Amino acid sequence: MREQLLSIIEKNSRIGISELAVLLGKEEIEIANEIKKLEEEHVICGYHTLIDWEKTSIEKVSAIIEVRVTLQRGQGFDKIAQRIYNYPEVKSVYLISGGFDLMVTLEEKSLKEIAAFVSDKLSTLDNVLSTGTHFVLKRYKVHGTILDEVNEDTREVVTP
Amino acid sequence: MRNFLSDRVQNIKPSGIRKFFDIVSEMKDAISLGVGEPDFETPWHIRDEGIYAFEKGKTFYTSNSGLLPLRQEISNYIQKTQGVNYNPKNEILVTVGGSEAIDIGLRALLNNGDEVIIPQPSYVSYAPCSYLTGGKNVFINLKAENEFRLTPEELESAITGKTKVLILPYPNNPTGAIMEKSDLERIAKIIKEHDIFVISDEIYSELTYKGKHVSIISLNDMRERTLLINGFSKSYAMTGWRLGYCCGPEWLIKQMTKIHQYAIMCAPTISQYAAVEALKNGEDDVNMMRESYNQRRRFLIDVFKKMGLECFEPYGAFYVFPCIKEFGMTSEEFATKFLQEEKVAAVPGTAFGDSGEGYLRISYAYSLEKLQIAMERLERFIHKLRVRV
Repeated sequence: MREQLLSIIEKNSRIGISELAVLLGKEEIEIANEIKKLEEEHVICGYHTLIDWEKTSIEKVSAIIEVRVTLQRGQGFDKIAQRIYNYPEVKSVYLISGGFDLMVTLEEKSLKEIAAFVSDKLSTLDNVLSTGTHFVLKRYKVHGTILDEVNEDTREVVTP
Repeated sequence: MRNFLSDRVQNIKPSGIRKFFDIVSEMKDAISLGVGEPDFETPWHIRDEGIYAFEKGKTFYTSNSGLLPLRQEISNYIQKTQGVNYNPKNEILVTVGGSEAIDIGLRALLNNGDEVIIPQPSYVSYAPCSYLTGGKNVFINLKAENEFRLTPEELESAITGKTKVLILPYPNNPTGAIMEKSDLERIAKIIKEHDIFVISDEIYSELTYKGKHVSIISLNDMRERTLLINGFSKSYAMTGWRLGYCCGPEWLIKQMTKIHQYAIMCAPTISQYAAVEALKNGEDDVNMMRESYNQRRRFLIDVFKKMGLECFEPYGAFYVFPCIKEFGMTSEEFATKFLQEEKVAAVPGTAFGDSGEGYLRISYAYSLEKLQIAMERLERFIHKLRVRV
């Protein structure tokens, strides 16, 4: 049930306990207990809303930044990652295999602010060797959801 | 000018579905619950394989029976799911949808006047296909109290000296009924006693919600007297690709291949390449879709219970078949009124045989959101009816 429960609420975190119970063929109390457990285990880390900011009048600019770092004795990637993720403007930080080490995504009000963050804060960290900044021009699909998808039913209206 | 048409074709009634389709098409912004095909698009990796086949220039005929690698995959699939072996070389035929297999199977089996037992409510094509080739149809009116399963008594009472073929349409469209192993065992005994041949239409075999589907071919000595029909439309959401298949004893497949060869040549080549991918790597998609259908099924059953609308719990396909007898209307009257007053289209049970009278086929090949809106309207509608009564 855990996997099915998670895959439903991953798509729709507003769904109620009673509705979940119906869909999964379980008792409400079972669902409530399972969700509580998932929250305690930090499997469920939050209930967010997927927003297409481009459709609002609010200015937002996102960037994906490749970061190369050097490691020092007693300081692994986790320590450096922490230095970076503590900045509130940082949206996500991933440790990456391949050509660079950390992938950082950033959201700011303008290009300028992103540039300032990279040059003033990120690049000046001791362990950071180099950065490469990619600005996001358009978001097509986020969190498994296609943002501009037109869900038109093109089937014949009645078929045997 | 003479009337050039054959008597037989004129005697066939147009499908009741068609009639209803025309009414719904004229109504703007109606919600339809009348669709008999998945709402999912074909999984991308399968479509991708189709595109790749185009790119490679796979635009020619295949062998009449279908691509051998595809028949091999079909053979593996039946072996894996039913534990029954079919030789891909001469016991499997790839067809244009399951529909073609129904048609040419009946044509290969029937002489004039041979009786075909058709349990109803069921899919609309068995009776006309049988009739066109000279078969005499004998209908069994399945009952809600048996969850629309075929009982040994019902079967026995339909058998005469002329009975040749039994159509076994499970998991069932439109009722959603299934036949479990014990149900099949009981009828298999009678089938063998009376030396009857079975056409088992298992196009919804991947969509069952109470254990895995059991095919009658897996029972003792039934493989030799059964034509198993299946396809890619429902399990892999590939209706528009028009691809099905059938498995049967060599003596039958050989004759069916002749008809297929002259009438069709071969099933669409691109679809066949895509289908190989579906069988090889499509299991996760099927599981995902099944789970999604199952959630909607539970939702509808729960809603009916809350409305006090009588409905047995169906465990197959993607249909529910609620009973509307309490409102004192025919299925057609109910469906038409429901459409006019609430703009929701559900197919009258009678489109699938006389024994569908008093029932409505509701398809849940729709998103939960859409089903929720439709069910709110249904609730309002039946509330009005109950108050009026």
